[in-house]
Amino acid sequence: MPNTPLLRGVWGCVYQTRPFIFLIFHLHIEERQVFNLNTILVNITENIYRMKNKSLVSINDIQKEQYQEILDLAEKFEENPTQDILNKYVVATLFFEPSTRTRLSFESAASRLGAKVIGFTDAATSSVKKGESLKDTILTVSNYSDIIVMRHPKEGSARYASEVSPVPIINAGDGANQHPTQCLLDLYSIRKTQGRLDNINIAFVGDLKYGRTVHSLAIALTNFNTTFHLVSPEELKLPSSVKRYIKQKGLKYYQYSELEEVIPSVDILYMTRIQQERFSDPLEFERVKNAYILRKTHLKYSKKNLKVLHPLPRINEITEDVDSDPKAYYFQQAQNGVYVRQALLATILGA
Amino acid sequence: MSVNETRKELKVSAIENGTVIDHIPADAVFQVINILNLNNIRNQLMVGTNLDSKKLDKKGIIKVSNKYFEKDEINKIALIAPTASLIVIKDFTVVYKENVEIPNSVDKIVKCINPNCITNHEKVPTQFSVVDKDDLSLLCHYCEKTTKKENFSFI
Repeated sequence: MPNTPLLRGVWGCVYQTRPFIFLIFHLHIEERQVFNLNTILVNITENIYRMKNKSLVSINDIQKEQYQEILDLAEKFEENPTQDILNKYVVATLFFEPSTRTRLSFESAASRLGAKVIGFTDAATSSVKKGESLKDTILTVSNYSDIIVMRHPKEGSARYASEVSPVPIINAGDGANQHPTQCLLDLYSIRKTQGRLDNINIAFVGDLKYGRTVHSLAIALTNFNTTFHLVSPEELKLPSSVKRYIKQKGLKYYQYSELEEVIPSVDILYMTRIQQERFSDPLEFERVKNAYILRKTHLKYSKKNLKVLHPLPRINEITEDVDSDPKAYYFQQAQNGVYVRQALLATILGA
Repeated sequence: MSVNETRKELKVSAIENGTVIDHIPADAVFQVINILNLNNIRNQLMVGTNLDSKKLDKKGIIKVSNKYFEKDEINKIALIAPTASLIVIKDFTVVYKENVEIPNSVDKIVKCINPNCITNHEKVPTQFSVVDKDDLSLLCHYCEKTTKKENFSFI
């Protein structure tokens, strides 16, 4: 290696900050068993360390190794949710359209890490109503905060915000496009209930055409040798753009029109809401809406390890008698969202 | 063959130095001018369209003096004029000739078909990656939706 002053300087910087980097990650993993400490450390520095100060816009921006590590970290937060590691940080939650569930989940995650939360809950109460552009709002708020969590009705808004913002952006839903933290909490719920992410048989039920959570999760799962069972009415089938990912990985998918057919063979039953406005013919909606309702009787013929997931809110697609069944997991799933969001805030802020 | 003899055969006169874009479908000539931003150029510019062509039946041709294009730049026109060829002239002689190729990415010139895409609501220049070159389709960098060739509209 040529021993130039420049190279010596660069190496000096890296060398000097090394204990500091070690310290940062050591804080997260100190409770982990000793035998895999070193591997975790190496992986973390290589994989999720790259997410520090970076925006999280789309699930497609994260690699397989990073999923695993975010979930590992979320597990740590589940064991010990209140950790005062972000007390010097301000998290802005900008909800250009209301989403109480997601916003509260983020704010809960930030609060448990000691961060201060600022923001607005609805574009009607913000300067957006006065005609301010998204760019201006982001540039202004970035002066007041260290990270911005945003929900916006327009697709691509989070990507655009991440390009103009000097602070990292976490996408909490951009129109019908992406909602990566939902996807990660779904993965977390699958791994937690099944003990693994590999070789899962998953059924997606309901609106597979417009449901962004289904699209993101399906795409993420193509990294884990998943078999897909797709249950939907003809007009709400999974789009070919998503099937392309499944085909590219050479994975299997099966399509069904009846919910009953699929229940005995799957590990995860991912239910979604069918929205009336998706149908041009209201009679057609009436015909299909009751075809995809999960009842407690259905679960009699299911596998022992089956868990029912749902991104919520639920309307009528899961009857309430399912709630008390140990296979119902949708409320815990929502709770897992807090741990995953803690992991993301901590990773991106690098605390 | 002298320069003067050549000129007689040409409907659009020859240039000494510059670029010729030939075999443009006749109905795409003005779009090509727009895309390459030639409407604001100060150089000599000659445009012919609805000329007879063996290959295309009716073709257009554009000649710009003392202007040379980057490959990326010229490939943009492949979206609307896939038959076009690029000819570089120096001292009245062809020094380089190449057919246009569909690029891997397309920026700023095509509108995203998704009405709910942020690029249709804020002043955001569009960016696409080309996902299919045969059945031309573009993936929006922002909303991640696909725009197909039949739906192209140019900014």
